[in-house]
Amino acid sequence: MTLELSLNQQPAHARQGSSIGQPLTRRDGFLKVTGGARYAADNHPPGMLYAVLAVSSIARGRVAALDTEAAKAHKGVVEVMTPKNRPALAIDPDAKDNPFMFRLDLLQNDQVRYPNQSIAVVIAETLEAATEGAALLSPRYEALPARVGLDGAKSFVPRGVGIGGPAVQHKGDVETGLRSAKTRIEATYETPAQYHNAMEPHAIVVAWDGDRLSIDTPSQGLAMAQGRIAGLFGIAPENIHIRSPFLGGGFGSKGMISGPQVLGILAARLVGRPVKLVLRREQMYGPVGHRAPTRQTLRMGMDGEGRLTAIDHHARTASSTFDDFFEPAADASHTLYASPAIATSHDAVRLDTGTPLFMRAPGEATGSIALESAIDEAAHACGMDPLEFRLRNYAEVEPMTGKPFSSKALRECYRQAAETFGWASRPLQPRLMRDADGFLTGWGMGTATFPALMFQAEARAVLRSDGSGLMETGAQDMGQGAWTAFAQIAADGLGLDIDRVEFRAGSSDLPNAGIAGGSGHTATAGMAIHNAGAAVIARLADLATGNEASPLFGAGNEGVLARGGRLYRRDDESRGESYAEILMRAGLTEIEAHGKGAPDPASQETYAKHAHGAVFAEVKVDPDFGQIRVTRLVGAFAAGRVINPRLVRSQYYGGMIWGISFALHEEAITDRRSGRIQNANLAEYHVPVNADVPSVEALLVHEDDPYVNALGIKGVGEIGITGTAGAIANAVWHATGVRPRRFPIRIEDLLG
Amino acid sequence: MTKIPVYLDINGHHHELQLEPRVTLLDALRDRLGLTGTKKGCDHGQCGACTVHVDGERVLACLTLAAQAQGRTVTTIEGLAREGEMHPVQAAFLEQDAFQCGYCTPGQIMSAVACIREGHAGSDEEIREYMAGNLCRCGAYPHIVAAVRQAAQEVAS
Repeated sequence: MTLELSLNQQPAHARQGSSIGQPLTRRDGFLKVTGGARYAADNHPPGMLYAVLAVSSIARGRVAALDTEAAKAHKGVVEVMTPKNRPALAIDPDAKDNPFMFRLDLLQNDQVRYPNQSIAVVIAETLEAATEGAALLSPRYEALPARVGLDGAKSFVPRGVGIGGPAVQHKGDVETGLRSAKTRIEATYETPAQYHNAMEPHAIVVAWDGDRLSIDTPSQGLAMAQGRIAGLFGIAPENIHIRSPFLGGGFGSKGMISGPQVLGILAARLVGRPVKLVLRREQMYGPVGHRAPTRQTLRMGMDGEGRLTAIDHHARTASSTFDDFFEPAADASHTLYASPAIATSHDAVRLDTGTPLFMRAPGEATGSIALESAIDEAAHACGMDPLEFRLRNYAEVEPMTGKPFSSKALRECYRQAAETFGWASRPLQPRLMRDADGFLTGWGMGTATFPALMFQAEARAVLRSDGSGLMETGAQDMGQGAWTAFAQIAADGLGLDIDRVEFRAGSSDLPNAGIAGGSGHTATAGMAIHNAGAAVIARLADLATGNEASPLFGAGNEGVLARGGRLYRRDDESRGESYAEILMRAGLTEIEAHGKGAPDPASQETYAKHAHGAVFAEVKVDPDFGQIRVTRLVGAFAAGRVINPRLVRSQYYGGMIWGISFALHEEAITDRRSGRIQNANLAEYHVPVNADVPSVEALLVHEDDPYVNALGIKGVGEIGITGTAGAIANAVWHATGVRPRRFPIRIEDLLG
Repeated sequence: MTKIPVYLDINGHHHELQLEPRVTLLDALRDRLGLTGTKKGCDHGQCGACTVHVDGERVLACLTLAAQAQGRTVTTIEGLAREGEMHPVQAAFLEQDAFQCGYCTPGQIMSAVACIREGHAGSDEEIREYMAGNLCRCGAYPHIVAAVRQAAQEVAS
């Protein structure tokens, strides 16, 4: 992939280079493999104290008493922060001005509204003393009955789902479509509450200096975090400096600043010294978000040729009693399969849990496993191969809106993945394949999809008279590879070798890079970098083409191209000069320019923009004991331009492994009597270990998209989980003849 | 709580600390010695992020009291590279992209070094089994297996 291609939508300056598309190893890799990468909790400013949360062991009620004296009497304990002495805030933590402002539990009163809610903070000279002090608080509660489960409260239709989309949508008449169908299916699927469980617990190291704040904390959105803290404390955002060079995973749970992180800031305020507060693993099951449970009912009708006549997708979900986030599961049916009639609807209950939040592919993951299972059921009801059925119902335009796709290489994904997997030899009926050891073997498939989103970002580019460049943007690397991919885009944007580019990110004093979420960070901040590079090259070209002493004089801005630290005449590449020469002649040590990344409103209106993929799974099931092992996964994904195939493959693998986890492992179990989570730890909340993950293959399918953005980037971070979970469920059916309808799939469901 | 003297031999350096007996090896490394490469993921011995070597064997530093390591040889991720040269396992992790967020990586690498030394890197299946004590939420497992396989071959040759 040459750079002329990457820039052919930016005619002002064609630049050539070789960074974009190269499988570079991670630029932060050396630090990460040697223990030198400094995560938030690795910081230790002088005079620092340790803060430990005490959290509620009931789901609903009030804290009647805390033995603060016992805690304070413990040697090393400096202070105990409770609602009685918590420093004042400028605004009510329950105030909500916009949908992205989530209500926080900051010791504003003695009420308990979910298990593991913060009820006090113990601050001590050592971690051990703070931990023991928190245990000595021995809270007494007045508890009320907990509202648990998807039938645990009166249901209602939320005003909006996800980021505010309509809860109920339709096109055509689903009932007419179902009546006219030759074949119909109806099925209900349940998905559990899941917790992000990034390996790095939420942590904050914070120091006050007057009304200025110095903070180390993992954040997927530095500017949003800065703004939220500024609002809570009534100080100017620019007085708050947040560093987040590395996140130990985020998956959505570090998108918004959480209550415990703010409590760390309050604790530092209270004691007048720097404070470190790190969540204990069990404390991550409440105040830092989760994926809400769903119960989804799908109805589909098909004509005599297996064409869908109607899709009706209803999802019941849950939010907390005090805030709104509604998992938009049914919306998964908007984009994948052609049907003259589609209806999607949501309702919800309010439960005594922490507020659910975005978790890797929010709505898409939950909706996908139900939709892909139902499509498989529909194919079987029509006596068709699941791939043939999906191709029969292939959406040439976005089904819900009728908009053309900006690009869609899904057919090629199906073809490549099916061929690599060997799908053609699959028997139609279940329970027909066994391996040499007698294990039931099944093959299943699913379609993957995720929207190509963009948000807002800014970057600053500098060219220096020594011939080097600088690119700055407050981008966040939570493992997706921002340090590397953005440096690649910066190098090409500046027309420099990557080793001549200094790239700065991960700090709130840099230009706002927007949020690392929605699989939109590379596209958004990448375009800001790209545009900042183009802008600074344009300034440089102006200097050269306007100066008679330059070999580029008179070439005009459009007549110049930038490559390898030199500008050349487009019509005569033998004529050119280096950036350094241009700047030195102009008597400048450096020039700078800014760039923005944002979705193009016109193409937003015209096109449906999604990444696509196809995933094929093989499972083996013990015929006597029902134990399921995934033995093979092949995915093929088309997501526009690939900046770095080495890193992109890792993202696909990660997503696909989350798919295994969704189908077979993850589930938070709530005790119906107490409302507490019974498995709030990494031993009993199952996530896949290395031995659970078989041979995984991810094929990168070429896709040019001229409309998503000038770089042609979609997003790769979340799509892998969609499609995969359903493919595994469908493979389990193919192995056993038993259709999994609740997730994770349990042995007892297979044994009947 | 009364402090006791604890003598620790870490990465070839001798340390004399005054610690309460309840201090874990993990917290001693991170909070007292500034060796923050070793990570805390769960503090319950469930995730493997805190894996270090004690007398050459992999040990969960969160389930080990600092005092238990007295008189023994402790190696952490910071002690693996020699004169700025990455250990073959570190180099293989970098080359195979065997990590994403990097938080579990020090523990994975310490486990991988021991896994190879134990003779448990003979096949992909064996690597998966003997690396199963180290959780990676990013899902880097296929690349971790590739890195361990590559490093095992390099160490053997």
